[in-house]
Amino acid sequence: MTGSVLPPSSQSHGLWQPKRGASKRTEDIVKVILGAFAAISIATTIGIVLSLVFETFQFFTEVPLWRFLTDRAWTPLFTNPQYGIFVLISATFLTSVIAMLVAVPLGLLSAVCLSEYAPRNLRAWLKPGLEILAGVPSVVFGYFALLLVTPFLRQFIPGMNTFNGLSAGLVMGIAILPTIASLSEDAIFAVPQSLRQGSYAIGATKRETILNVVLPAALSGIVASIVLGVARAVGETMIVTLAAGLNPTLTLNPLVPIQTMTAFIVQVSGGDVPVGSLSYRTLFAVGTTLFLITLALNIFSFWFVRKYQEKYD
Amino acid sequence: MTVSNSVFPETQSEARFDPKLESRYTIDNIFKYATWFATILALAVLAILLLDVLVDGLPNLSLDFLTSFPSRRPENSGVLSPLMGTLQLLIVTALFAFPIGVGAGIYLQEFAKDNWFTRALEINISNLAAVPTVIYGLLGLAAFVNLFGFLTGGRSIVSGGLTLALLILPVIIVATRESLKAIPDSLRLAGMALGSTRWQVVWEHVLPQAFAGILTGTILGLSRAIGDTATLVIVGAKTFVPFIPLFFQAGFTALPIIIFNWVSRPQPAFHSIAATGIIVLMIVLLTMNATAIFLRNKFQRSV
Repeated sequence: MTGSVLPPSSQSHGLWQPKRGASKRTEDIVKVILGAFAAISIATTIGIVLSLVFETFQFFTEVPLWRFLTDRAWTPLFTNPQYGIFVLISATFLTSVIAMLVAVPLGLLSAVCLSEYAPRNLRAWLKPGLEILAGVPSVVFGYFALLLVTPFLRQFIPGMNTFNGLSAGLVMGIAILPTIASLSEDAIFAVPQSLRQGSYAIGATKRETILNVVLPAALSGIVASIVLGVARAVGETMIVTLAAGLNPTLTLNPLVPIQTMTAFIVQVSGGDVPVGSLSYRTLFAVGTTLFLITLALNIFSFWFVRKYQEKYD
Repeated sequence: MTVSNSVFPETQSEARFDPKLESRYTIDNIFKYATWFATILALAVLAILLLDVLVDGLPNLSLDFLTSFPSRRPENSGVLSPLMGTLQLLIVTALFAFPIGVGAGIYLQEFAKDNWFTRALEINISNLAAVPTVIYGLLGLAAFVNLFGFLTGGRSIVSGGLTLALLILPVIIVATRESLKAIPDSLRLAGMALGSTRWQVVWEHVLPQAFAGILTGTILGLSRAIGDTATLVIVGAKTFVPFIPLFFQAGFTALPIIIFNWVSRPQPAFHSIAATGIIVLMIVLLTMNATAIFLRNKFQRSV
């Protein structure tokens, strides 16, 4: 750009001429490429929605929606198939509730411990320890649930089946605990020290300060972590496939074999399903249901955080 | 916490505030021990889990186990093809997820203007992070296996790796943004004052400083991908693959898949080699995580 305004005679003096034009062009090209990379995440969402919607729509041309919602059994592979999605939802609900009963209290307590009670140098060891637990693949937790926890529990609970919702839910709770603990700890740790000191100054004890001042101040982060935990529980696959069974039953009894939505998807896609067959479409119909549930959880989380987030400067 | 006088109607005359410190401190202590109990319980479970896997699986761990193919007989079974499958998946996933994730992170942190498109991208990314892995599996099945099967080879390692790459993109994008956020603005301003363009500043000054953090995040994302089972089952991983399939060949397998299969068999001998498979998988994961921690410690103090 600037080169053009200089007289041609000065060229020989070897003046430094920045190639602004070239830099500008590189800048524009890079920006477009990086923008395209960022757009891939949007494309992923669109891809998910399109593939789910397309096959689900095909599914509902063959199976009416009211049967999907009102049938009392889930037997899509039988000769006289029934498509009651609530059979699978009941199993997902049961295992998720058990998991959250374990993960929420334990996760919040250990978050409080790490943030408020543990000495700084010990915290530096405990937090990575919990993160290792979070990094254990879920198939390993499935092994743990089926081969260690279930035999252990069966010694005390006589009527318990080899496959059951209880051990799957308990182990899933342990698997989700680090997610809740780690994210809640971030939120609790970020509460400004002045709030704690103010509470101590009016005579509250440490526990009273934590329960009445610190936790309410961190509420939006804590709720967001719990909602993410619920989404993980609903979408958790290998633990429930291995330990809860592949037996679709409309029940909330934690001792009998059941089948969750995720376990059904894995079971059916494990055998080769021909594209365009009804079982292929059933996969996507169940997937859509699962997606809508996690989407609802996400929207709730966004709404809650936006409404209740405390801002400190 | 104020105890009003009305609680002591008889002692009005000497109406004194009773802080009840004794009992409050007792409850305080109970609460404190409860939090420690929860933390230690979580870590104890981790310890029991690792110990149980080691006790069950360590006796089978040998060179033979690493160099034999999976077999119908547990005593002859090994993890050669699953291990090779996992390593190839790692390559494909990293090859796609790393440049795209880092590029998207740079775009959002350094270039994007604060407009509706950027906000939509941000909401979208945090949404994607909470989508169950089976949904990614269904996307991979519909898109990479069926729609673009002529490019990817159908139920191949490339299809599996691409699906896993989409799965961990949000992790890498978030890690990249966090590392870039930690670089002080003075560095950018200094570069621009010398006449660099924004991209030159990012490429030559900001990115090298943020690289360790980005790499750590990427490795953590990859280790999540490597342990993922459900996605690969849906994309079409096989269990018994008596040869080593290469990238575009249909019919691949991976470590978590063979572990899943062995655990779900009724015979105890298969459970024992499943534990050995878990040990191999955990060694791969621990190596990756140790690298991440090493990089973090090595480069952390450079800024």
